[in-house]
Amino acid sequence: MRSFDVPTAIVVAGAFLLILLAGWLQRRLRRRGFISAVDHATYETLHRASLAGRHLTEGLTPEAGTKAGKHLLALLGARALAISDTGEVVSWVGPGEQHRRSTMALIAPTLTSGRTAVADYRVVHCSDPNCLIEAAVSAPLVSDERVIGAITAYTDHASAGLARATEEVAQWFSAQLELAEVGRDRSRMMEAELRALRAQISPHFIYNSLAAIASFVRTDPDRARELLLEFADFTRYALRRGGAFTTLQEELRNVERYLVLEQARFGERLQVSLLVAPEVLPVKVPYLVIQPLVENAVRHGLATKEGIGHVVITATDRGHDAQIGIEDDGVGNDPERIRDVLDNAHASDSIGLGNVDARLRQVYGDEYGLVVETAPGAGTKVSFRVPKFAPAVHDAD
Amino acid sequence: MTSTLSLAAVSLVCLLTLVVGALGLRLSRATSDFYVAGRTVSPRLNASAIGGEYLSAASFLGVAGLIYDFGVDQLWLPVGYTLGYLVLLVMVAAPMRRSGAYTLPDFAEARLQSRRIRLLASVLVVSIGWLYLLPQFHAASLVLRTVAGVPPWVGGTIVAVVVTVAVGAGGMRSITFVQALQYWIKLTALAVPAGILLAVWWRLGHPEPVVSDAWRLALTPRDTGDHPAYRTYSVLLALCLGTMGLPHVLVRYYTNPDGVGARRTTVNVLLLLGMFYVLPPVYGVLGRVFLPDPPGSGVDSIVLRLPGLVVGGVRADVLTAVLAGGAFAALLSTASGVAMSVTGVLDQSVMRPWLQRITGGDAGVGGGFRLAAIAAVAVPYAVSWLTEPLSLATMVGLAFTIAASTFAPLLILGVWWRRLSRRGAAAGLTVGAVTATGSIGAALVLGSPSGWLGALLANPAAWTVPLATVVAVVVSLATPGSVPAGTTRLLVRLHTPEGVDVRRSRPTD
Repeated sequence: MRSFDVPTAIVVAGAFLLILLAGWLQRRLRRRGFISAVDHATYETLHRASLAGRHLTEGLTPEAGTKAGKHLLALLGARALAISDTGEVVSWVGPGEQHRRSTMALIAPTLTSGRTAVADYRVVHCSDPNCLIEAAVSAPLVSDERVIGAITAYTDHASAGLARATEEVAQWFSAQLELAEVGRDRSRMMEAELRALRAQISPHFIYNSLAAIASFVRTDPDRARELLLEFADFTRYALRRGGAFTTLQEELRNVERYLVLEQARFGERLQVSLLVAPEVLPVKVPYLVIQPLVENAVRHGLATKEGIGHVVITATDRGHDAQIGIEDDGVGNDPERIRDVLDNAHASDSIGLGNVDARLRQVYGDEYGLVVETAPGAGTKVSFRVPKFAPAVHDAD
Repeated sequence: MTSTLSLAAVSLVCLLTLVVGALGLRLSRATSDFYVAGRTVSPRLNASAIGGEYLSAASFLGVAGLIYDFGVDQLWLPVGYTLGYLVLLVMVAAPMRRSGAYTLPDFAEARLQSRRIRLLASVLVVSIGWLYLLPQFHAASLVLRTVAGVPPWVGGTIVAVVVTVAVGAGGMRSITFVQALQYWIKLTALAVPAGILLAVWWRLGHPEPVVSDAWRLALTPRDTGDHPAYRTYSVLLALCLGTMGLPHVLVRYYTNPDGVGARRTTVNVLLLLGMFYVLPPVYGVLGRVFLPDPPGSGVDSIVLRLPGLVVGGVRADVLTAVLAGGAFAALLSTASGVAMSVTGVLDQSVMRPWLQRITGGDAGVGGGFRLAAIAAVAVPYAVSWLTEPLSLATMVGLAFTIAASTFAPLLILGVWWRRLSRRGAAAGLTVGAVTATGSIGAALVLGSPSGWLGALLANPAAWTVPLATVVAVVVSLATPGSVPAGTTRLLVRLHTPEGVDVRRSRPTD
């Protein structure tokens, strides 16, 4: 542990210093990109607003109100700020919190009329001689043409400028709250969509499986029983409730059940080979994401074709992602038609592709959609990637 | 003759690495049987793979060299390298697996729900990875220079090219089966020559090494102002806690299906490492017997020189070739493992966003990954040109020290302490990184001053780790507001076995 030498030292220390310096410079440049005082004021105002807006994505909570309020207080240059809904003061920012109790009475006219109101020292009085608050401006928060609360700026003397500014800030605040509401609506909608998208077993598969099983009932009752049990397991998996994710291993097990049922129908005509890296078996995938693709390969690739058909299922390790591919050597398809299917997830008889594509994009983002390689007569290969770690997946679990 | 055989062994190892890497999956896993395809990696195989990736040239050559040079105090090195997995087993293995995180930045993000801390962790992963790659290049140069007399730049260049190709060609290096094979290659390459050399030594009347007291007795200072006790404990602490912060170790745990699998794997790793680490001391002591005077510099090559000193002729050539091949296997597997992790992080946090910005999202995935692979290898390779080689084990020790001062507090507090806040974690990481790199850098610049200052600067883990932990705790307690929402729920998941359904207290059907 003693033979240190100077060049190594300089390089190591230099590298770290460079990294730190680069980071610091970048921040600094980003912050100081303007020149004139007007630019500076504009920047300062917008920056404050964006800082405040960041906290309002969750709606009007005491914590969000306090955090956003700090920036708004600086923006208005008032002494203290109260943010209230129609029932109580949600957050108080700044000194003079003894005024908090009287705030609701103060803003009552604003809440009923929806107008900005100014209260001077005759209304806002205080027994504390050190308290600098002697006036207040209240502006309503309006959403959907309904007054949902008010912002009250407390100061030592009210001015027309402050009244205007408070009114503007209240309007901006209302807009932010509406945006938050829209955001929440959107995530609710996405959840609903995801719930609607998952677990669509194709009715064709049910008819065909039951028909295939029926054909074995007399000739080979044991096989028919086994197939029925597979069918029961398959439907239990497909119709289960609970988490929206499963492991690749579970998903492959379900593909196996599915293929056992299909092989009862196609017999030796359906050949399956697998190339699965064991490293990716524990990866979490949206559930029922592979089986529809295999079903698609069997239905569109083999059912309409003469002779033996091969389906190859691969799962390979790509570092941070796992790549999953389903390939058949069937009749292939017109790329234009596939594009149509992927564009209209719901309005298509090809339940597999569009649905899976939509779910993958929904969960992991647009860069994780399906990749389909096909041409008439050339077979089809469908592949997609799944990140090994995605925060959304583990939160949902 | 020596050079021909050894060069053949080294080429064979390089070629095998590339070929088996490319074919590995096809060789082992092409099947039409779902039962075979659905089998997860067994803890034993995964443990071999971890061993294969973990045992680097520093373990293979460096530990023997240090024991040869400094004596019994350095016996703590192999103990430390192994103990790290015991800490991992007890503290983080299973919860980390249950968190679902693949890399250290993933864990930081999952636990603290902050992109910024993720970024901080990514920067640290890249720094630690680069620092870890550096000695691998030096070791390659050393091996080829010793066995074949080629110029120093050849070895490093070969490793850099092979690793870049292997990693850039699509992450094939991460195949468990291949890495597991590497462990057994290393063990054989070190154990068989060791057995033969021991037998020869025994036949020669088993002479004892002639050594000074400082070599033979534990914790004896070699010169005044040395603090062997402090240094030893500091190194031990760095190794114990640093293992969990090495980027290429934790990604292997993702392969386990569950937390129990992760624990079993770790127990197996302890066993395999224990087996391996018996061997370097054997070489160190035999070196003292047959070459009593250390040659000033280049003690790291003692393992490779020993066969020539003990037996002569063709037998020595064969043994040297086996050792050289083993050392190269160690180099390549570790270097590709680390390069793979660094590449992944660079790809995810630098290349992909960058490519997306300049191409508007049209770039393929592979391009960025390959660029990242080149960057991951090229930077430490370039630095290896600029720096004089330190002792191999010392350089690896630096990486361990930084890992121990940054990720160990993050992981342990993250797994076991509910009140860890974002600010606390960020402060702990920053303080750990700055003090660890700063003091090591200062020690290097000052040329390792004697006395307490030198000891504290050169082996800082004993104070940087507690400092980083205390800072993380104090800042967390001071900022309860930035404790991420849902922490309790997450911790319940981390510590609950997978079979238990927490949401429903009644048993499931």
